[in-house]
Amino acid sequence: MIETFQDFFRSVADTYPKWNFIFFHDPSQWERVISGFYVTVQLSVVCVILSVVIGIIGAWAQGSPSRIIRWVVQGYIQFFRNTPPLIQLLFFYFALGQFTPTVTGPDGWTEQPIISNVGWAIISLSFFAGAFNVEIFRSGLEAVPNATLEAAEALGFTRAQTYTNVTFPLALRVSLPALNNNLINLVKTTTQAIAIAVPELLYEMVSIWNDYASAQNAAMTVLFFTYIALVGILAFGMNRWEARLHVPGFGKTS
Amino acid sequence: MDIMKGEVICIIGPSGSGKSTLIRCINALNDVQQGTITLEGYDVHDPKLDKLELRRKVGMVFQQYNLFPHKTALENVMMAPLKVLKEPKAEVEVRARALIKKVRLEGKENAYPGELSGGQQQRVAIARSLAMNPNVMLFDEVTAALDPETVKEVLLTIKELATDGMTCILVTHEMGFAREVADHIYFTDKGVIVEHGAPDTFFDNASDPRTKKFLGQIL
Ligand SMILES: Nc1ncnc2c1ncn2[C@@H]1O[C@H](COP(=O)(O)OP(=O)(O)OP(=O)(O)O)[C@@H](O)[C@H]1O
Ligand SMILES: [Mg+2]
Repeated sequence: MIETFQDFFRSVADTYPKWNFIFFHDPSQWERVISGFYVTVQLSVVCVILSVVIGIIGAWAQGSPSRIIRWVVQGYIQFFRNTPPLIQLLFFYFALGQFTPTVTGPDGWTEQPIISNVGWAIISLSFFAGAFNVEIFRSGLEAVPNATLEAAEALGFTRAQTYTNVTFPLALRVSLPALNNNLINLVKTTTQAIAIAVPELLYEMVSIWNDYASAQNAAMTVLFFTYIALVGILAFGMNRWEARLHVPGFGKTS
Repeated sequence: MDIMKGEVICIIGPSGSGKSTLIRCINALNDVQQGTITLEGYDVHDPKLDKLELRRKVGMVFQQYNLFPHKTALENVMMAPLKVLKEPKAEVEVRARALIKKVRLEGKENAYPGELSGGQQQRVAIARSLAMNPNVMLFDEVTAALDPETVKEVLLTIKELATDGMTCILVTHEMGFAREVADHIYFTDKGVIVEHGAPDTFFDNASDPRTKKFLGQIL
């Protein structure tokens, strides 16, 4: 079975020299693709979760009575929203990376920074997407009518109870479509981690076609399809979630 | 003004005369700037008062119903006893179902507010307040957003409550209703109580010219 599969792509490469799907007939190249794919998935999942957490905390902090806290959050949003994510990534890794302490590596004598390039990619991308998530959740919070919160207050809810039982569930429903878009963007932006040599899918694919120029078209094709599939899975999940939270007569007029 | 347990009070007056402000002070949604309010031993005007404890004892129904849109009718009624009073779920559910029945919404337990008419939503809101077993119920123009047909069903519910002996303070523009159910009527204008009295005396023999003018416009 695998044999015929490999033979097929070998014959494709022989017939069309510019379409060498080398990773489909050379197991060692296949392993590179798979390891890149895993890194991409891990990077995406971790960044999605962290950016959502940052968004929720940030939106909550924006409602803080302290003006200083609100300024800090606002400054954070402005910085991350108005600068290119690629530069943020380079800045975090090359500029901030210099100042982090180092630890002795597993071999016992090399010094390694405490935060690896993967670590910096996670931090930088999470804060980048998190800045947009703060805005998204904040507009969700603003959409919750004051009168509804007043009703909770009149029933004796504490502020925290009102937030968790009324404000947040309603804001989340309003925020989901915009959140969906931003998270899709985040997954696509993880490819920029290539700039600091994070061995994610794009990095591995580029390495492959640097080694085998004949694989370039094939690698790009596979990249496109892989991202379509990844984004598709995320969008599907988000839509399912939206549908589950849907309340008749609330939000979308139906 | 003094309100006895079980009494039904109606507050009427022109728009902006401070009716909402007055009743919102009673459950501390607005702060008392001047004067005192005492409710069963609670000094509502005291800024150090535990507002949450007070609000458990005072039910409030709003003009715009203000139900929780993401919860069903039954969940709306159950939420406060569960979260605020931390009562066991089974008990709360029995009580909530009985209250829904009482406001004549049997069968609508699992409907969301968006699927209910204004009058139905308002009755859920009344049941939601009653679920806390309040000592006093406040109603702020609860029929003002409803069409005349549904006004009746809500007024009937309030009337039943009054008959059951619930202390009720109502802001209303329904003069006929006020006359029928109220024990006492207060008329406010420009932030002060201008006149008050028993319904018959108030409506038939108003003495203050401002009251006369208002009644003349409305009746
Ligand atoms: N006793 C008072 N002293 C000073 N200002 C007051 C007093 N009562 C009310 N106000 C002010 O008057 C304004 C209108 O009050 P409120 O909303 O209570 O009127 P209302 O009678 O409920 O009107 P509506 O019929 O339109 O609902 C508010 O801004 C409030 O702060
Ligand atoms: Mg009012």
